[in-house]
Parts: sequence; structure tokens; C-alpha cells
Amino acid sequence: MKAFQQNEGTVALLDRANVDTDQIIPKQFLKSIRRTGFGDNLFDAWRYLDEGEIGKNANERRINHDFILNEPRYAGASILLARENFGCGSSREHAVWALLEYGFRCVIAPSFADIFFNNSLKNGLLPVVLAKEDVDQLFGIVHREVGYTLRVDLGTQTVKGSGFAAHFDIEPEPKRLLMDGLDDIGATLAHADAIREFESRHRQRMPWVFARDGNTA
Amino acid sequence: MAGKTVYDKIWDAHVVAERDDGMTILYVDRHLLHEVTSPQAFEGLALAGRSPWRRDANLATPDHNVPTTNRARGIDGIDDPVAREQVVVLDQNCTRYGIEQFAMTDRRQGIVHVIGPEQGATLPGMTIVCGDSHTSTHGAFAALAHGIGTSEVEHVLATQCLVQRKSRNMRIVVDGELPFGTTAKDMILNIIGIIGTAGATGHAIEYAGSAVRALSMEARMTLCNMSIEAGARAGLVAVDDTTLNYVHGRPFAPRGAMWDRAEDYWRSLVSDADANFDTEIGLDATAIVPQVTWGTSPELVLGIDANVPAPEDFDDPAKRELCGRALAYMDLEPGTPIASVPVDRVFIGSCTNGRIEDLRAAAAVLDGRRVAASVTQAMAVPGSGLVKEQAEAEGLDAIFRAAGFEWRDPGCSMCLAMNDDRLYPGERSAATSNRNFEGRQGHQGRTHLVSPAMAAAAAVAGHFTDVRELA
Ligand code: SF4
Repeated sequence: MKAFQQNEGTVALLDRANVDTDQIIPKQFLKSIRRTGFGDNLFDAWRYLDEGEIGKNANERRINHDFILNEPRYAGASILLARENFGCGSSREHAVWALLEYGFRCVIAPSFADIFFNNSLKNGLLPVVLAKEDVDQLFGIVHREVGYTLRVDLGTQTVKGSGFAAHFDIEPEPKRLLMDGLDDIGATLAHADAIREFESRHRQRMPWVFARDGNTA
Repeated sequence: MAGKTVYDKIWDAHVVAERDDGMTILYVDRHLLHEVTSPQAFEGLALAGRSPWRRDANLATPDHNVPTTNRARGIDGIDDPVAREQVVVLDQNCTRYGIEQFAMTDRRQGIVHVIGPEQGATLPGMTIVCGDSHTSTHGAFAALAHGIGTSEVEHVLATQCLVQRKSRNMRIVVDGELPFGTTAKDMILNIIGIIGTAGATGHAIEYAGSAVRALSMEARMTLCNMSIEAGARAGLVAVDDTTLNYVHGRPFAPRGAMWDRAEDYWRSLVSDADANFDTEIGLDATAIVPQVTWGTSPELVLGIDANVPAPEDFDDPAKRELCGRALAYMDLEPGTPIASVPVDRVFIGSCTNGRIEDLRAAAAVLDGRRVAASVTQAMAVPGSGLVKEQAEAEGLDAIFRAAGFEWRDPGCSMCLAMNDDRLYPGERSAATSNRNFEGRQGHQGRTHLVSPAMAAAAAVAGHFTDVRELA
């Protein structure tokens, strides 16, 4: 996983609530067996006028100039400012991979859907929850100031920019893993003995969980 | 000390360790896999030189990408090379790691959330995960079941555990008798319409009340299936005779003395009378009418007797905006009676409504009737090979065919349109699936979610119509 300590970058806006993962990366791109190759198809149905297909060359697509991320002022943005319940719907982690590959390192929103939030943490995309008033204020500032940048610092758990400062919460363990770019499988395997002990007790108590043909465990 | 909810009980029975940071390492009893969200997890496992912790906890099947015609040719019958590769890779991974798979040509193949319960691989009291958000379906068995992302799929393969923070408890009590012509699908759509798509975020829902107790297991699965559409990762129903009768005799279920032991334990999977719920919601089943979604979120839903709303009907500015956007995408005018909206394609299937009772309900409406000439296509897609066999044994396929429906092979099909079953730009569907998001069933397609009986009624009428008047 990509480490995340801090990120300073341009902020792009996505002013709609309940952005679902079907929008973030439409299903036709989920046929890939890889973790890469999704960036060109982030928000595909909004970003382009023609229908997206796997393998279509992005340079030959018809751009939807009305879609906000296609505005030149947001080119190269690394922070996405969004609304309530961002990432709802399907559990596809491809949504997170697509956001990262497009260049986003951080999404700021008043709330996230649970599975998307977890998927983000596991890939080095920092989901930052700020109060609705703070998000409203940021939307106002970014609208007014072309090229507005924010600095998101995970160590101090702060979001700062000209005329704006806020603190955010994050659990200590995902924070540690993000800072160091570590996956959490290793951390769980450090408890391998506890897992084995639990498993043998569990097998005694509930042998049917381990039985595949009805009565042998 | 307050009593425990069903969720608390299952949780407590699976705690391996509490970490210093307050997170819990939770043991996973059953892990279901499919072709779309597993390849990157297996790849990660191999790259790290790890192997599955407990092979027999896993059960795999291809479902999202498989074609629903021409299945005798197996994997070779998948024309799309990219989709084919994904199914091939699932095959290879299952062989390599010794994971049981119901492959494409296996008669038990089907949608993961249909085959788990059908096989008894889903049992009460289990923790069940799958790289698919509709894993909440299995909660119907008083199991703690929820969807996970691909990194978590890899984590479960490698450690047989998940790192979790406990959810809050929510209880939704539906009392009274569901009226004639209304189903569990109408119940859950009605609930989502009331609490919204984020209404249960951070919660595990327990569905209770006399209307829920009266539901069959299949109907309870429909109910729990759409918990995720209310924002909850998990939804469940306490154990009762209905649960145990369904599980008894299934291939993976315990038998003999082990059944008796299991039953003793399973009977305890009800919430204690003094259990504490963080949030409680009550609903009167007798007031529920057949539902139709009109917008691009499952919460944008109406009774069949109602009219499409206008943005001004909402107080909340965010809702007003959502409404405006949905009206434009769905090409609907405020004030239009939903019953006057024509449909182009009808889809009966999915993990929400692709089980035998769903097919029976649709067939009951279609018997002796014909799909309207204005409908381009009507499709019935059984949720599994065994559901299909059962339906054929009952002659349901003949009813569907005679009515003008296509009778397909099992898979996710037009629920998410990864294969060729799809809407074309501007087309409108009546669908028994669970998501009406923009483009879900095809680029610029417009989805209306309904029950199987309502989908059949729409197919016959050519527009949405009140199934209670057709009976
Ligand atoms: S039927 Fe639809 S919702 Fe269910 S698992 Fe398949 S794609 Fe997902």
C-alpha cells in the first residue's frame, strides 16, 4: 500500500450526495483481473459522452466538458471534496483503485459509506470526515479561488489552507499503517497463536461450522 | 447488565482478540468468493507467499460475468475475452489453493447469495463474508454476514479473520399482516424510502415483528439483502422454526447428533427481552402497498398508487437536488402517476428476487397472460442451477415462455449488466434487483425496482400497474 503522511494539492469538487461506486467505476471495467488500469475510467459515464468500454483509448473518447473534473482548473487535483455518503453501494475496491490512479490521495466528505471507507484505508487513499459546515465552507472557498490548495497532514490530523483549518479523527491503527504504508495482514498474523487457539475452541463448541458433509468435523 | 441482541451474541462468539486500539479481531466461519472481487486478492496472497488459512471455510462460484445463454459450452461459451479470463482465473485459483468451486457447468452454480443458503453453507450463528455488498442476504439465517472489499478478501484468506469495530444495534419492527399483493420486497423498499440510503450506516439491523416472523426464509433473504441499500453492512432475523426447517437436510448442514447440538445453540439466537438497541424503528405492515422506485437511488420510491414527486416536495436542499437530478436522468415529469410509466425491458432475477418463490410469484401473474407487444424484452433468470431445475420441475419455465419471457441460465445477469443482458441508452426497465443507480443496468438505462409479481404485471400491461388488480 502507498504510504500517506501528508499531501498538498489542488482541490476538486464533486457537489452531489450519495455518489455510488457504480458511478466511481462502472461495472464494465470490473472484468479486469488487475489492480491497475482504472484511472482513465474514473467517473466514466460522467466524464465522457460516449459509452466506455474496456480497452477503449481515452484519447479517442468524447469528453463531457460539462463535468466538473474536466474543467482545466481541476487538472492535477489530488484532493477530492465531496458530499454525504460518498462511496455507497457496491463493495468494489476498484473504486478506490480508480481514484488513486487518477491522482487523488485524499477524499474529504461529511460522511462515507462503511465499505468504501475501509477499502480506502487499505490502499493509501485517505478518507477525511469533516463537519458538514466545514465542508460547506470549503466548497465556497474552492468555488471562488481557482487553484485553491489544501495541505492534509495525517500526523497532526489536520486539513489546512488559506483561510481554512480543521482537525479530523482517525483510528490509531489504520493511521499507523497508512503512515508506514503497511498492509494489515501482517499485523493480524502477529496474532496467529490467538487465532489458532480460538479456532480449536470454536471447533469444540461449534463443530458444524467445520463440517462439510453434514456430520464429520 | 442489559441483555444481548442476536448481533451481540454472534459477535461475542467470534472474538479472537481485542486489540489495544479498540478494534476486534473477529473469526470468519464462511467465506464466499466470486470471479470479480477475488483475482487481485489471490494475486496479493501469492505475491506475499501466503496461503489460505482454512481452505474448507471457502466456497466459490462464478456469477457476475457468466452469460445466461449457451451454457453447455462452459467457459468457452463466454465470448468476451476479458470476462472469460476472469472466470478462468477463478478456476485456476480454486484449483491451485484447493478451494471448492461450483464451476460454470456445475448444476449447483448460481449467484453466491443464492447458493450459500441453498447448500446449507450458510448456517445460523455463523460469521459470513464475501467480496460483495449483498452478503447481508445471509443474515436471514441469524448469521452475521456482510460484504467486504478485495483487500479484506485477501485478509480473510490469509488469516481467517477480519479486523472490525462493532456496529451499533438497530431494530426495525414491522407488525401486522402484509396485505394481499405485497411482499418482502415492498417491505424493504418502503423501509429504505423512510430511513434513506444512509439511514442505517454504522448499524447492524435486526428485522423483527409479527410481519417479519410470518415471512418465509426466501422472503427474509429479500429483506436482509437490501440492508446495504439502507447503509447497513449487515441485517438479520432471529432464529425460529422457519429458519431451522429451511436449513434441515441441506447438503452442508449438520445431521444426526450434531444437528441436535447445533439446534440447541441456534435456538439461543434471539435477542434477549432486555437487550438494548441504539435505534428502533416501527412500521405498520398493513399500510404497505406495492412499491416502485422512480429515481436513481433506492430511497426514491413510491407506492403504485402515487405520483412522481417534484423537487419542491422535499424540505432538505440536498434531497431537492437529488430529486431534480433523478427526474432528469429518469426522464420523468413531476406529478406523473407512476402507474402510467411504460417499460421497455423486464428483468426477473438477482440475489434479491431470483429464488423459487420469486419465480412462482411472477409465474402466478403471468399464467394465461402475454407480455405486452410494446415490451422489447422480458427475461427470467433463476438465481441458481438448482432453482432453475426446481422451476422446470414445477412447469414454471413453460408459463414464462408461453407468456413471452426468455428463460435463461443462472447468474447476476441484468442486475448489473456485466454480461450481454442490459438496457440500452434511454430504455426503461422493471427490475426485481436491488440498485437503480445511474447506468447500473446499462449506459443511460433507467431502472425501476419492484417485486417479482409487480415486474410480471408491468410486463403484461406494458407499464407499471397495480398487481392487486390483476389477481
Ligand atoms: S445479483 Fe446483482 S446484487 Fe446480487 S450479487 Fe449479483 S450483481 Fe450483486
